[in-house]
Amino acid sequence: MSAAPNQVGTPVVLDVRGLDVAFETPRGRARAVQGVSFTLHRGERFGLVGESGSGKTTTALALMRLLRPPGRILAGEAWLGDLDLLAASDTMLRQARFARIALVPQGAMNALNPVLTCGAQIDDLLRAHGARDGRAATDARIARLLHGVGLEPDVARLYPHQLSGGMKQRVCIALAMALGPGVLLADEPTSALDVIVQRQVLRTLVAAQKALGAGVVLVGHDMGLMAQFAHTVGVMYAGRLVEVGPVRAVFADPRHPYTRMLIASLPRFDRRRHFVGIPGVAPSLLAPPGGCPFHPRCPLATARCKAEAPHEQNLPDGRRVRCHYAQEPAIAA
Amino acid sequence: MSAVLRQIGREKLLAAGLIVLCSLALLGLLGPLVISLAEIGSTRARLAPDAAHLLGTDTQGRDVLAALVMALPQTLKVGLLAGLLGLGVGGLLGLLAGYLRGLADVVIRTTADVVMAIPAIAVLVLVATNVRTMTVGMMALIVAGLAWMYPTRAIRAQTLSLREQSYVDVARLNGIGGLRLVMTELLPNLAPYFAASFVTAVSNAMLATVGLEALGLGPQNQLTLGMMLYWAQYYGAVLRGMWWWWVPPVAAIAAIFIGLLAVSAGMDRLLNARARHDG
Amino acid sequence: MAGYIVRRFALMLLVVFLAITINFLLPRAMPGDPVELQLEQLSAGGGQIGDLQATAAAFRARLGLDQPLWRQYLTYLGRVARLDLGVSVAHYPERVSDEIRAGLPWTIGLLGIATLISFGIGTLLGGLLAWPRSGRLVRLIGVPAIMLSAVPYFILGIVLLSLFAITWPVFPVAGAYPFSYFPQADWRTVALIAWHGVLPALSIVLASIGTWAIAMRGMVVGVLGEDYIMLARAKGLGPRRVFFAYGLRNALLPQVTQLALTLSHVVSGAILVEVIFAYPGIGYRLYQAIQAKDVFVIQGIVLLLSVSIAVTTFLLDLLYPLIDPRIRTHR
Repeated sequence: MSAAPNQVGTPVVLDVRGLDVAFETPRGRARAVQGVSFTLHRGERFGLVGESGSGKTTTALALMRLLRPPGRILAGEAWLGDLDLLAASDTMLRQARFARIALVPQGAMNALNPVLTCGAQIDDLLRAHGARDGRAATDARIARLLHGVGLEPDVARLYPHQLSGGMKQRVCIALAMALGPGVLLADEPTSALDVIVQRQVLRTLVAAQKALGAGVVLVGHDMGLMAQFAHTVGVMYAGRLVEVGPVRAVFADPRHPYTRMLIASLPRFDRRRHFVGIPGVAPSLLAPPGGCPFHPRCPLATARCKAEAPHEQNLPDGRRVRCHYAQEPAIAA
Repeated sequence: MSAVLRQIGREKLLAAGLIVLCSLALLGLLGPLVISLAEIGSTRARLAPDAAHLLGTDTQGRDVLAALVMALPQTLKVGLLAGLLGLGVGGLLGLLAGYLRGLADVVIRTTADVVMAIPAIAVLVLVATNVRTMTVGMMALIVAGLAWMYPTRAIRAQTLSLREQSYVDVARLNGIGGLRLVMTELLPNLAPYFAASFVTAVSNAMLATVGLEALGLGPQNQLTLGMMLYWAQYYGAVLRGMWWWWVPPVAAIAAIFIGLLAVSAGMDRLLNARARHDG
Repeated sequence: MAGYIVRRFALMLLVVFLAITINFLLPRAMPGDPVELQLEQLSAGGGQIGDLQATAAAFRARLGLDQPLWRQYLTYLGRVARLDLGVSVAHYPERVSDEIRAGLPWTIGLLGIATLISFGIGTLLGGLLAWPRSGRLVRLIGVPAIMLSAVPYFILGIVLLSLFAITWPVFPVAGAYPFSYFPQADWRTVALIAWHGVLPALSIVLASIGTWAIAMRGMVVGVLGEDYIMLARAKGLGPRRVFFAYGLRNALLPQVTQLALTLSHVVSGAILVEVIFAYPGIGYRLYQAIQAKDVFVIQGIVLLLSVSIAVTTFLLDLLYPLIDPRIRTHR
């Protein structure tokens, strides 16, 4: 596990407060993200983890205002330095995109334009932000960027379909680095790749982050990956952040039942038990269960959980848990 | 059935198109009952519209309204017949190709592709000029002969994708095979695609028909809308400013095509909505 | 990519061959003897034929119709290869190939220019119709364009002719140039030709813009949902760049495919437009040949149509690698 950087005094690069996103469907309003708040420091790697439909990708996209109707940001602030991304004008937003906050998209499969070369797509970016000076200089710059992610310079002349999945993902990382942003949002960057390539890509991402001194929000569903990669982990369930904290502490002593079950479900070589899953299915976002959204699946649910939605409780160590019984230590599983 | 009607009602475009087409069909069915053949007699020629002749008369002295009413059902008949034939043959071939796959699929698909590559107009003109006397039935046959490929492609594509659905496997595992499988599992789900292909087939057929007729290759003894246009053109109706002769068939033809377009577009939207819903 | 070209070329040859064969077989397969038909035609026109059988036999021998079928076929192939398509019966002894050669440039000019214009405008219009940020103007133009596309070109031609050549005599009524004018290689001729071409070209353009627009709209809507559009926006690219380089360009390939597929439809439409405007292209000549039952001219023009559509399709096929790099490098 990675040691968290010294938080004290490290500047905050991204401050998300009370993010609320909904999808207006013909069958009603689906609250995809509710009251999500977290802070990201320079050099910090924040892992946003949860199952499908938990709202993690929506959160990342919302931060850069990339959601399309029927998705709507209902409330919230996302402070990037002195700029609130969610309230910024179109012009300011466009200027900030990739220059101050960049997206490393999910599934490099389709994220790259099939009819343009990789170099042209980086060139596009530079041109749009007025960061381009002359053919030769730009070519050199692109070559440097590609080198930085471990790719040969003639990848610039290739088209996306000529690259492997891992290579495409690394081109996306190069794109994200191009303008030296302070925040990287990596949305499931390794999901469609095999394990070996996953490691390579993650290593590239970490190297990129170190080179930029940026903060990274890594969105994913793999707890094991988060354990290796993140400094801080945030667990999402049904659109809410149910537990946030330094990764070691969370793994050693998970306070939210969902987190506990997630960790318990990780297969381990040293303890040959049969696989443990989490029974039940994720709740409908259109008609969520009353009270705590996890109570139908929670083995420790009480009547209070059914009736009353838990507030966030602040625990020592910078932890936040959204459970009525967060103060109580874990019952040995 | 009522569910289907309700769905149709919700799609305004589809409903509008159907209304137009049904009105024309109604006019075509009832019109000849009201205006008998005898009324297309010879009276004074080149009359502009007046009380006695609502749409005037042509250069031969025939009442244009009467001619229009007689011609409309013939045109509709050709279109419908050709569309049905094309759909029947094409749909069947597409179903076979998609369901049986293998050699049957390759043969059917290649034939359709090659025949499609040959411009329809070429074959149509050739065949039409070599037929002694053209009738409505013959036209439908000829036109259908080149319209079957499109339904084949569409139905084949759908069959291929439906085939992979799990419920087909379930049925097969339950021991339902061959024909019964096709009838009970595939056909009901293919029904909307058959309907859509039918509309396209009829559109293409009407286009080919009207085109052939405008060239003068249409039925000689039965009056159709296209032939009305042909004769109007032949006798210089446009140049002479006899608008009452060519405007009615043009309007009727335009109405038919716009109606077909509306229905086809509406059906597309309906199918897409369904696909999004189910998928 | 070489494999791709070879395959498309082979398909073209196959289609051409098939067209020639059908052109050969079909008249011979139809009931009724073409020679007797022609002779009846001629005698109805006031000629006198002594002994029908003998004359027919003589004609048949002359035209080589008494040979076994396979030999006729080979002879036919040979003649087609030499571009000898027979003689016009109605305008004897003018050769069919001369007829065609006279009419071809007009058709290519009219059809080519009209299709280029309508394809260009229609594709752009379709793309804009699918783009969420287009103005209301786009939709205002789009709806009537789509409605017009439902009707065959020549129908629109009739309406335009009546309105702008008869009712308001702005444009000429017929022909490619004034009736008694002898075209020369000067600007005046070009201007006159252009003037005469306005209405026919307009019929084709107005009636086909909608078709291209609808098709393109469908493709662009599909493209809009792709991840690379989202990333393009995320990169902070301007809307125009996203629309053209990321949106349109990806929908362009299927759109060009659409052009290739509907080519015969476009050509048929243009033929009828020529008829309406008496525009001296091969379409009008085909119409005249049909009137005169000029068998060889009909066959010759039909063959030409088939072959030229096959060739044009092949040429369009050659365009794909230029548009889509996936085809360029994959095959």
